[in-house]
Amino acid sequence: MESLTNTLHTVPLNHYILLSAIIFSIGVMGVLLRRNAIIIFMSVELMLNAVNLLLTAFSVYSGDASGQVFVFFIMALAAAEVAVGLAIIVMIYRNTNSIDINVLNRLKW
Amino acid sequence: MNTFYFIAFLSIFFSILVISAKNPVHSILYLVLTFFTFTIQYILLNAQFLAIVNFIVYMGAILVLFLYTLMLMNLNKDSEPFKSNIVKIAAVLGGGCLFVVLFACFRQVGIAEPVVLKDPGLGLVKNLGKVLFNEFLLPFEISSLLLLSAMVGAVLLATKDPKTV
Repeated sequence: MESLTNTLHTVPLNHYILLSAIIFSIGVMGVLLRRNAIIIFMSVELMLNAVNLLLTAFSVYSGDASGQVFVFFIMALAAAEVAVGLAIIVMIYRNTNSIDINVLNRLKW
Repeated sequence: MNTFYFIAFLSIFFSILVISAKNPVHSILYLVLTFFTFTIQYILLNAQFLAIVNFIVYMGAILVLFLYTLMLMNLNKDSEPFKSNIVKIAAVLGGGCLFVVLFACFRQVGIAEPVVLKDPGLGLVKNLGKVLFNEFLLPFEISSLLLLSAMVGAVLLATKDPKTV
């Protein structure tokens, strides 16, 4: 474990920020690109995870444990969000027989 | 080569596969791999508690929930309707523009110091538990309420209404 974490000492914080920005942008692209509602949900999960990684990196960088507690709360929130979101998707599928989000353009006001 | 860069490359590669796979089941399996690379990143940062929670909650619970929903609704076929090329190009351009803006912003900040683990026990359960149950006790209790209401809401939404059926 020691040797594993020692390799870290050469990685600048910039590169963590860059990695998280790339993953976050891929998540945004997924939301814009796909029409399957479940895959859009998965892209949102990807964005949440990018933020989690960045929070952890900053927490380690500044030696403050609060960042990791925030990540824990984000995970609890993601679990709640996925449960409710998938229930809504199941209901949409039951009503329209499709999970294409373009079917939902009748949702006005 | 540094382990970080190899794992970072793998997570970018798999997350691109997540949004480009045609079959939704393949997409979810690639997402499992992406989350596994994130778990390795947490271990490299010595955040062992988060690594375990990420492994159990994300890969174990959330993605199994996705997979169950997909398979119960029998959606595991390539049934995605055609989306025009212009929309695809616009989506990729939009995401790319967001990335460029984020990257330019963070370049201006210019924090190039390496991430050094000052306190080796920072991410261990002992330390995090102390912080969680002292400073963040009220948010912790409120998050339990959030989970309870989410559970009730999910059951309420997903069950069929006996009067209408």
